[in-house]
Amino acid sequence: MKTETSSALVQGFVRSVVPVLLALIVSGLIMLAMGASPLDFFAGVWRYGITGSNWQRSLALMSPLLIVAIGIIVAFRGQLWNLGYNGQYLLGAVVASGLGPILYAVMPAFLATIIVFVVAVLAGAVWSLIPAILKARYGTNEIITSLVMSFIAIGVVNLLIKGVFKDPGVTTPQTTVIPEDQLLPYIPGTEIHIGFLIAIALAIVAQIVLSRTSFGLRIDIFGASPKAARHVGLNSTWMVVLLFAISSGLIAFAGSVDILGQFTYQRADWDPRYGDAVMPLVFLARFRPVAAIPFVAFYAVLATGGTLAAQQAGLNVDFLFVIVGLILLFMTITEYIGNRRALGQSYVPAGLRRTVLQPFTRTSERTSA
Amino acid sequence: MSEMLSATFITVFIATVIAQAMPLMLAAVGETIGEQAGILNLGIEGVMLIGAYTGFVVTLMTGSFWIGMLAGAIGGVVANAAMLVLNVWLGLNQIVIGLAITLIGEGITSVLYLQNYTSSPASLGAQPRMPIPGLSEIPVIGPALFRQSGIFWLMIVLILVLAFALARTSWGLSTRSAGQKPSSLDAAGGSVMRTRSTAVILSGVLVGLGGAYLALLTTATFSPHLTNGLGFIAIVITMLSRGRILIVMLTSLVYGLAVAMGPALQVIGFTVPADIIKMLPFIIVIVMLIVFARSSVVPPALGAPYTRGAR
Repeated sequence: MKTETSSALVQGFVRSVVPVLLALIVSGLIMLAMGASPLDFFAGVWRYGITGSNWQRSLALMSPLLIVAIGIIVAFRGQLWNLGYNGQYLLGAVVASGLGPILYAVMPAFLATIIVFVVAVLAGAVWSLIPAILKARYGTNEIITSLVMSFIAIGVVNLLIKGVFKDPGVTTPQTTVIPEDQLLPYIPGTEIHIGFLIAIALAIVAQIVLSRTSFGLRIDIFGASPKAARHVGLNSTWMVVLLFAISSGLIAFAGSVDILGQFTYQRADWDPRYGDAVMPLVFLARFRPVAAIPFVAFYAVLATGGTLAAQQAGLNVDFLFVIVGLILLFMTITEYIGNRRALGQSYVPAGLRRTVLQPFTRTSERTSA
Repeated sequence: MSEMLSATFITVFIATVIAQAMPLMLAAVGETIGEQAGILNLGIEGVMLIGAYTGFVVTLMTGSFWIGMLAGAIGGVVANAAMLVLNVWLGLNQIVIGLAITLIGEGITSVLYLQNYTSSPASLGAQPRMPIPGLSEIPVIGPALFRQSGIFWLMIVLILVLAFALARTSWGLSTRSAGQKPSSLDAAGGSVMRTRSTAVILSGVLVGLGGAYLALLTTATFSPHLTNGLGFIAIVITMLSRGRILIVMLTSLVYGLAVAMGPALQVIGFTVPADIIKMLPFIIVIVMLIVFARSSVVPPALGAPYTRGAR
């Protein structure tokens, strides 16, 4: 029994780490093909992401990434593909950067921070209502609706920053810089804001709720089969709306934490696209919030170091998205090979063998195959 | 004088509508063929960008827009090959693969462009025009409609041929059955795998052409993230059109109208913030989705890899 669980653990580990390694190797080859040095790049990632006090910057980046990851996990667990994360994140961010300075002027920082967080979560939750209701009522594909709503949110956020929230003292469209003493405090002895601790705590709470409570079980039943969920008395309409609201609210919360912890103000047309980067990691973590922590840490180092390292290697920062995309591809392939191995089947599916071996055979001759 | 102004104004307006609608139309027709065969390709944003970039580079090198379009189509097929192998053949998750293609497409085209062309931003110049004798002399609509590039006419013919083929030929029937009930196609002696493979390749050609059209004819240049969500709009239009290509053409024109409205309003004297102009198509799309929510039907087998004998 013990060996069985440990071998399952080893297999899970291999299936999660191998795609990352393969993606790094292939992205190295792409760099070589483009005339950049992969060794310099990865050395740069190490240097700017970990050494000196750089590890603290990586950990600070972890907090929004991890909260976004938890938000995505909640929706994905229920098989709801909330891909509107970029817009939801920016909505939360603009609540902090726009509403924040106004609130800090009239009330104590602690109270204002709480209000900012609550409004950010509400803004995210409300924004997800249209995709959720369309999905629940008419079964409209939520991938598309959440994405379209995300593009609209980005436009709304830009309008807000160029309009009501614009700092009149600066020519470039951006919000007022929030002064140091009103930001989230640092963890004593470091330069990591407490958003990091909030994120870790959220991951643990989410893990417990998802795996140890009846609500978590309900989400899993709903994700496995909405029909079965209806049979055991779950209201699927309410479930879709609730999961979307929690997911979207958490992602918006990540945006407000990021502004109050790290950025202090927001520029127009700024979009860090954390969700795109985190989404594959969520799959690798098998939708488990705590398991997402090491993957998010890995990506935080890659992103923190990679931004400078890419510039030095003569690449654009967008190269990180190539790495992320490759992780996704290799993840599905590793998963496939792993499942085939576990089932003791051939790696090549029967249908493919037919297509490859006899692609031009007439249909009538193939009926016996 | 003011009449002269309004005539050229309308001409430019119609030309803009067409220029904006064509890339979307091609991409949405490509997506329609894929979806009818049961493949929801979320990667078409990336496929469009790869088609646009290859088309742009090849046109710069050869100086020929026609060869550029061909290169865009090839780029589209190469990008869709990932979907073909991983989803159609191996049956892996379409959503994940589609997003991977989008991310890689966005990343690689942006990196390559910035590495090769930032020092000297390249424009492709004017497209080769092919005025149709007689018709192009019609005032107002003549210069707008009948002074297009030959590429435009070829694309329109291609789309109409596909519209006919999808609705009326046996190829179209097997393609649609691969999305409706793949087991029936299999039972009737057709090959689901081969039908879907053909559909994905054809879809790659069209989406690649859409990207190339955007870069070569609509904007006459390439820039990172050129498509800016156009691929996702194409998916919505596909969903709303329920596999009927003529409706895809119409809705694409509506989109073109929405995009052309911004600059047109500016000419009249309204200043509309650029962000609203960028948002407008998405707002229209979400309103369409809300109003026609009931009718955005997709094929039943969409997204499900086919395994013979599996229930």
